[in-house]
Amino acid sequence: MKLAMTMPEFVRSGVLFTVLCIMMTHSAVAEIPLAERRSGYDLLSRETRAMQDDDTANPGMLWVLDGETLWRAKDGTAEKACAECHGDARESMRGVAARYPAFDPARGRPVTLEQRINICRSERQKAPPFAYESKDLLSLTAYVARQSRGMPIESAADERLKSFVDAGRALFTRRQGQLNLTCAQCHDDNWNQKLAGNSLTQAHPTGYPLYRLEWQTVGSLQRRVRNCLIGMRAEPYAYGSPEYVALETYLMWRARGLPVETPAVRP
Amino acid sequence: MARALLNVPAKAKRGEVIAIKTLISHEMETGFRHSTTGVPVPRNIITSFVVNYNKEEIFRAVLFPAIAANPFITFYTVATESGTIAFEWTGDNGFSATESATITVE
Repeated sequence: MKLAMTMPEFVRSGVLFTVLCIMMTHSAVAEIPLAERRSGYDLLSRETRAMQDDDTANPGMLWVLDGETLWRAKDGTAEKACAECHGDARESMRGVAARYPAFDPARGRPVTLEQRINICRSERQKAPPFAYESKDLLSLTAYVARQSRGMPIESAADERLKSFVDAGRALFTRRQGQLNLTCAQCHDDNWNQKLAGNSLTQAHPTGYPLYRLEWQTVGSLQRRVRNCLIGMRAEPYAYGSPEYVALETYLMWRARGLPVETPAVRP
Repeated sequence: MARALLNVPAKAKRGEVIAIKTLISHEMETGFRHSTTGVPVPRNIITSFVVNYNKEEIFRAVLFPAIAANPFITFYTVATESGTIAFEWTGDNGFSATESATITVE
């Protein structure tokens, strides 16, 4: 009985060991060619795909609906709602998420969609910024990003972002953590393999913020990257740090042309 | 504030078997977890889901801690007559949410 109970763990560590062995022996492969890129959606099970496709079955839509309420709610000492400046989000926010992270000339660096929302809150609404991964920030971001669903990702087309894309690529291809892995070893070289039963995926952030079944909630791309870093036994960065923004900028550049899926559903 | 999403066909033929899908936002805290300081997190789940079709009960579910957050419940029924389908979720800490949908049977 005891042996039977320990078997799955044993098998799992065996799989992990095999995958790691493959990675160690494989020499680095170049970036995935544009035509061969696939969204994580293609690697989902039929049931999870059906869940994402049906707006009444997609739990991410619960956050989108909350975001719509926040969009219309007055907040801060300026007593202003997002809708008062930006009007109908279905018009004004169409395609916006496909362009983020975007270069902010005033700051001289790219800002993510979450950061842009918080900048708007503190500068225009005179309201305290939402905390990272708070329900309000995720809801509002999901609502804004939902308006770009189906549109091709075109962020990082901006020349001024080039150095940040390069910084993100450097982080992506740098060995880190106690397992001494790079992001690219999984997501460029072995994306069609499995890791402990899960698809590795090409790591295209097409559907963020997304509903992850494992989390049982909606989360941001930075939370997902944090998850990977902990898996590599590396020290995660702080939410909103320049490293995360650079990685996000690089990942969106890598996913250029793929359609936005927000709110996506992933296992 | 609980959000619910319903998928009920607006029209159906008499005697047709229709699928009804419901999704509600709820954290479904199991009561088995502890906080980072070791304090048990109290249970907070939806315990019951009842559906009435023109005031007649057609579906009932009892929920337990093993059910994931944001429960998605789907079932089939026969479209008998035009009217209202009312949904009610109740749970711990006085949680209660109601939604309804109208259906036209031809």
